[in-house]
Amino acid sequence: MSEPSASHLLELRVPARAAELKRIREAVREVVGGCGCSAESTADIVLALDEACQNIIRHAYAGDPDDVIELTIERRDNELIFSLTDFAPPIDPDRVKPRDLDDVRPGGLGTHFIRRVMDETDFVPPPSGSGNLLRMVRRID
Amino acid sequence: MEHTVREEQGKLVVSFGGEVDLEHSPKAREVLLECVAKERDIFVDLSGVSYIDSSGVASLVEAFQSTRKQGTGFSLVAVNPAAMRVLELARLDKIFTIHDTLAEGLGGGA
Repeated sequence: MSEPSASHLLELRVPARAAELKRIREAVREVVGGCGCSAESTADIVLALDEACQNIIRHAYAGDPDDVIELTIERRDNELIFSLTDFAPPIDPDRVKPRDLDDVRPGGLGTHFIRRVMDETDFVPPPSGSGNLLRMVRRID
Repeated sequence: MEHTVREEQGKLVVSFGGEVDLEHSPKAREVLLECVAKERDIFVDLSGVSYIDSSGVASLVEAFQSTRKQGTGFSLVAVNPAAMRVLELARLDKIFTIHDTLAEGLGGGA
C-alpha cells in the first residue's frame, strides 16, 4: 500500500541568525496552530523548532551569519513532518544527545526539548548530498 | 525582551518581559550576573515572559548556581504559564524556588 500523500504547509529559507528565530517561530506557530493542535502543543512545537534552528546556528554553522536554514512543514494524515536543512559540514548524530537532567547545569537543554516534544527525530541523508537534514515528526493531538 | 531591576525590602527584584530567546538571553545573563555580584537575595519576576528557550533557561540556571555558591537567595516569582511549561520540560520547576507572587516571596525570603 502506498503512503498517503503529504500536503506542503510551509517552505521557509532564512539566514542562520539569532535575529531570524522570531520569524521562524511566528511562521511555525501560525502553521501548527492552523492544524488544530492545542495551544500547549503548538507552544511545545514552536520551542522544539527554535531549539533545532539554534543547534544549527550555534553548532553546525558556528555563528557564521551568511549561512541559511531551510524549513519545510508537511502534513500527512495526523502527522506533522518538519524538515530542517543546513549546508554545514556533516555533523555526527551520535554527538547530538540530550543530557542527563539530573545534572543541573546551564547548557544542553535544547536537544532534550526537541526529543520531549517530537515523536520522531532523525538525521537523514539530505537530497543535495551535502549538509544536514533533521527530520522531526509530531502527531497532532 | 525588556527588563527592570529594582530594590524591595533590601532584595533585588529583576523583572523580564517579552521573549527571552537566543538573541536576547546574553543580555538576560548579563543583568542576572550583575545582580548576583551584588550579593543580595534575588527575585526574578517572569510574569511578563511570553517565551523562553534553552538559552534563557541557561541564564537562570547559571545565576541560580552562582548564588548557591555565595550563599545568597535566588527565586522565581509569578512565572508566566508559557515559561513554566518550559521549566517543567527541563524538570527545573522542582529545582528552582518558585513563588506565586512577589509578596509571597518577600514574605518568606528568597
